[in-house]
This record gives sequence, C-alpha cells and structure tokens, in this order.
Amino acid sequence: MSGGVDSSVAAALLAEQGHDVIGVSMQLYDNSQVTESGQRAFGTCCTIDDLYDARRVAATIGIPHYIVNFESQFGEHVISNFVREYVTGRTPIPCSHCNSDLKFAELLDRARAYDADRLATGHYARIVRDDRGRYHLYRGADNSKDQTYFLFSLTQEQLARASFPVGHLDKDTVREHARRLNLHVTQKPDSQEICFVPDGDYASFVEKRAPEAARPGTIVDNDGRVLGTHGGVHRFTIGQRKGLGLSSTEPLYVLEIKPDAAQVVVGSRGHLGRTQLTASEVNWISGEAPSDWLRVSAQIRHRHEAAPAKVRSTEKGHAELEFDMPQSAVTPGQAVVFYNGDEVLGGGWID
Amino acid sequence: MRTYLDHNATTPLDPLVVDRMAQAMRETWGNASSIHHFGQQAKAALDLARGEVGSLIGADASELVFTAGGTESDNLAIRGAAEALEPSGRKHLVTSAIEHEAVLNTMKALQRRGWRVSIVPVDASGIVSVDRVREAITDDTALVSVMHANNEIGTIQPIAAISALAHEKGALMHTDAVQSAGKIAVDVRALGVDMLTIAGHKFYGPKGTGALWVKRGVRLISPVTGGRQERSRRAGTENVPALVGFGVAAGIASRKWQTEGPRLAALRDRLETGILSTISGTDRNGAASPRVPNTTNISIDRVESESMLIGLDLAGIAVSSGSACSSGTLEPSHVLKAMGLPHARTLGSIRFSFGTANTDADVDRVLEALPALVEKLRSLTTVGGKK
Repeated sequence: MSGGVDSSVAAALLAEQGHDVIGVSMQLYDNSQVTESGQRAFGTCCTIDDLYDARRVAATIGIPHYIVNFESQFGEHVISNFVREYVTGRTPIPCSHCNSDLKFAELLDRARAYDADRLATGHYARIVRDDRGRYHLYRGADNSKDQTYFLFSLTQEQLARASFPVGHLDKDTVREHARRLNLHVTQKPDSQEICFVPDGDYASFVEKRAPEAARPGTIVDNDGRVLGTHGGVHRFTIGQRKGLGLSSTEPLYVLEIKPDAAQVVVGSRGHLGRTQLTASEVNWISGEAPSDWLRVSAQIRHRHEAAPAKVRSTEKGHAELEFDMPQSAVTPGQAVVFYNGDEVLGGGWID
Repeated sequence: MRTYLDHNATTPLDPLVVDRMAQAMRETWGNASSIHHFGQQAKAALDLARGEVGSLIGADASELVFTAGGTESDNLAIRGAAEALEPSGRKHLVTSAIEHEAVLNTMKALQRRGWRVSIVPVDASGIVSVDRVREAITDDTALVSVMHANNEIGTIQPIAAISALAHEKGALMHTDAVQSAGKIAVDVRALGVDMLTIAGHKFYGPKGTGALWVKRGVRLISPVTGGRQERSRRAGTENVPALVGFGVAAGIASRKWQTEGPRLAALRDRLETGILSTISGTDRNGAASPRVPNTTNISIDRVESESMLIGLDLAGIAVSSGSACSSGTLEPSHVLKAMGLPHARTLGSIRFSFGTANTDADVDRVLEALPALVEKLRSLTTVGGKK
C-alpha cells in the first residue's frame, strides 16, 4: 500500500470480497533525515504523508497495517543500480528493479513468512492461469495505465503468488470504487517522477552518490569531430536533444554514449533510428525460451508504442531482436518487453 | 483473544480508574482555581489524587507538580532547573547513554543552546557506571539526570549512589522513574534525589497524566508561562478527571506492587527459559543486573525485530522492539548499542513487558508461536532468486 489510490482500492476490493487482508507499506528512505534538515520531503511516493495515507485507508477498510523498513534493500538494489547505470552511460528504470528485487522478492518472502497466500499490489496488469496451470501476464485493461512494461521479469513462481485486483479496471472506475468505499485518497494524483528524485534532477542525484560521474568529456559527431564538451556522461540519454549546449543549423540528438572515452556522440534525427538490439537478463514469462525466431510486438520505453519485431533467444538469458521498421532511440539500460497482443511474453535489459 | 506483552509502552486502564474518571467527568468539571463550590469540588478531587500519588513514591503531596505526562515532567525538571541555575554560572549537565528520548533530546536541545552535556556510558550489563558519573560531575555541573529503571531492558540504576555524588559537587539530581513506579519500591527520600518523574499510564492510569516531584527548596523556572496553577510550576487549567484517574491508579499500585512483582517475575522467567531453550541463537540483555520484575529483552540472531513484531501481532501477540517512541526508524536501539552489543545482536531484539492481566496462558502462546515464526523468517529464500 503506497498510499495511492490504486493500491488502496486493490486492498479495499479484496477485503470487500471477504479475503483476510494485511496492509503493508514499504518505507524506502530514512524520512527522519529529511524532516530534520528541513529540506523538501525526499520522494513523491512512500513519504511520511503517503505512509499516513496508507494507514488511514487501512483503518477505513478495517485491516491491520504495517510499515516494513526496506531502506537498506532499496538502497542496495534500486538506488545503487540507478547510480551505477547512469555512470556507465545507460538510462535505468528503477521501477522495474523495485518490482523484481523488492516487491516480488523481499516483500513476497515476508508475505510467505506470515502465511499469506498472495501478494496483491495496485499494478495495472492482469494474471490469468490456464488449464495447464501456467500463468500468463496481460496488459492492464486500461491500456493508458498499463504497467506490464515494469513487470516483465516476473517468473511463474512469482505470478502464482501475485494478485493485481485493479488490473481489469480503468482508472476512472478505480477512483469510483475509492469514492464508494469512502477512501480519502480518491482524488490523489498519480505519481509522476521517479519517486526518490522528486525534482527530476537525476544528474545532481547521481553526482552526490558517485562524484566520479562528473568526469568531463567531449561531444562529437559521427565522424569524431569535437563539437563541444560536457560535465559527465550521466547527464545524457539516447535521443536527448535539450541541454547539449551546442549551436548547430539542424537539431542534434544524442546517438550514442561511450562512457570509457567519456564521449557523447550526437547527430541528426535520421541517425537515431535502429532496427536491431540485443538484451540481457532476459526473462520468458512461460519459463521457456522460444527455440526459433518469434514474431512479437516489442516495447522499448514506458511511453513507446510496441512495434512489430522478431526475437530469438541466443545464449541463456540473452536475446536478439529485429524491428520491422527502425525505432527511434533504442536506449541501453531501458527494458525491451515482448508482447503478443496484450500478453507479455517476456523481456530483458537493452545492451 | 489477544496477548498483550507491551506494558512498558502503556497499560490498559484499571476498571476502577475508568469508573472514577467517568464519575469525575460528569460531576467534577469545575475549574480547580475557581473560588465557588464547583472549583472547590475540583480542588478537593485534585488534593485527594495528589495524596495518593505522593504515597506511591513516599513524597509529601505538596511537593508534587501534576503534568500531562512523563515527557513533560522530564522537560520541566531539566529545562526548569537549567534555567533557574543559569545565573549561578553552572553550565554543565550530566546524563546517561540509556535515557529515554524525553531526557536525551531535552539535553541535546540545551546543548545546542550552549550547555555542556556529558553522556555517561553504561557497562555491558546495562548499568550506568557510578565511577564514570563521578568523573563526569564537575564544580559547574548544574544537574544530573539518570533514569531509575530502563524502559527497554528494565535494569535498575544505582540512583542513591549517583545522587550522593551529585550532591557532593552541589549539583541537583533528577531521576525519571516512569518505568519503576508501581513495579518496585520507589521512595524519593531513599533515592536521595531532588526531582523525580512518574507517569500515570504506565500503571493502569490514563495517558496524559504525570507528575514531577520537586523537593522543597528546589527552584525551577517553568518553560511554560501562564497562570499560577501547581504553585506556579505548571500553568494551565488542571485536567481534573484524568488526574483523578491518576490518583486512583497510584492508590491501586501502592497496594499491589509487592504481590504483583513476584508473580510477574515468575511469568517473565518462564518465558525467558522457554525462549532460550527452544530457539537457537538467543540471549537475554541486561538480565545479570537488578531488573524490574515485568521486563525482559531478548536478542534473536539472524532475524529482524520488525519482521518478528509483525509476525507476532498477526498471531495475536503484542510486543515491541524497544521504546515505542523510536519505532519507524531502523536505527538499532540506543540502549543496546550503549551496552556495547554487537550490531547484529541489536537488530533482532524483542522486549516483552508483562502486566496485571497476563497469565501462564500468555507465556504458552508466545512459546508456541515464536519458535515457528523465527524458523520461518530465518529460512526465507527469495523467490526472485536475488538476495
């Protein structure tokens, strides 16, 4: 229970259906440090206010509520990974790591220790169990809110213990339920930013934790001509146009980041398209990698419209993928997720 | 059916306390400072309560200042004495490393305002070192504040000896007796202190009630300014019904603590033996020292307090990992840290604190639930495969 409307309604619906529900919120940062320094609250979710909201919702529903402290795990799995990725010129997705390494790992373990049959969350995704007892993952019924892009790493074992009670609803219906159930979070806005960088200033966040990231380098064009300088590769992501500090007759985009040489390669929009990519730590939801090329639609960003492609498993945990048409800004560190219609087949991290 | 083993956090109200408070809320609603009939009724009720509370700690009723709880009493004692003594040139305070936050954070607040504060360590058994107190006290020490019984491990501190040291150097002595009053003998003269804090909700009285005993002749400047209630030491209209409850609870505690103590100690000892013999990697904290009879603190290897507390609560057993005031952070207990326990051992500690309603059945329930829970938590392997 993040204190937001989705997980609140998820809990309330389960309780209404007669399930024995235990409310759990994850405390991911040391909130006391934030308040003592008088700074703006650290984070846009899981702040003290959000924990308070979750507790109030649990009281309204009439279920117990606990705060579990995952500060060290969050720092280890999510924040340090986030920093490391930027330092190495990649663009990470902390939400996916939070799902795979915290919610559906540490928190799921806790749930098992307390004899809970399922871990329910407010994700917009659907789980279907087929006749053979295998679990399938589908996009949320509200495609505009779908969160399966962040859930590609779930295994059969995790899906068997997961439940997404609002996955078959659209956001308006969820808010309607919240109103009907008298949950005070009915009008709470969706969280937008990466929760631990509320001001969106990733560069400063990374530099504070990895001062070595601020290694100056050059901005070059495709032919290696130096066009300018920069204060560290962590300040860039593939496809970025703003903040390059270059004057040019045509708009320039980041095409490639070379962390070892501290080089950022820029070029025209036309050079941004790519058809091929490889991925690591690939998970196949069914538990079995396909034996041959497989037709899929592939999504390479949260806000990317999945595009036709073919994918095949290479060595274990790796895959190569070829889009039918070039896709703009294939970004290392982001996930590539394979779909068949609304069904998630799997995914991995773009190399 | 739930088992409550967190009486050091707070206690349920004694039914007689509830009755008398309800009666006072209906009938004794006057302002105790008023001259008329209603005021006199209220004043009489306060006087009665003051007598009962005084009896519990061997104090003269006229030396008791009613407050809204232990924290306020501690603040009044420390800030009040510090301000009164400031012109004398004494700018030094002494306290211990295992105090409740009400004392520690008040000391730190004064430190930020220019006071020197010495925090005396404890030994591995959870007892404040008298020798280190002797070394800490100087000629410009204004006040020494050391708790009587520790809230987390229950150890009883050598207050009389420390009082004598403080007085040798002309310093005042305060003790926070919130966790000892109603559990063991608390006598202000025997302890030799100048000020003593107690709180009603630790012995079946209402929350929001407390008292500071101030020895006659000790000057305090109250941090709260206002009317002249409580001999100008605590401004604000008295909460008469709550203080009536405080008095009733103190009266009951005075009559019961001597028989109740051994009974609770027997339950506590059975629980300790049971846990230590059925769960590997367990150890008691502070158990070699004199302790209040109702408290035990046990470290359990390779499990986090938080996960045990939740698991036990789901099994209907309410315990805590230390002070209720410090929950929400993952900071290990400052008390266990001060005792020099290894970090790992501070992370998996549980405090069990017994009270009037507890019986052998409660001990049985814990001994049934806890070993299985610990085993489950220790055997966790991550489904996701990453750990």
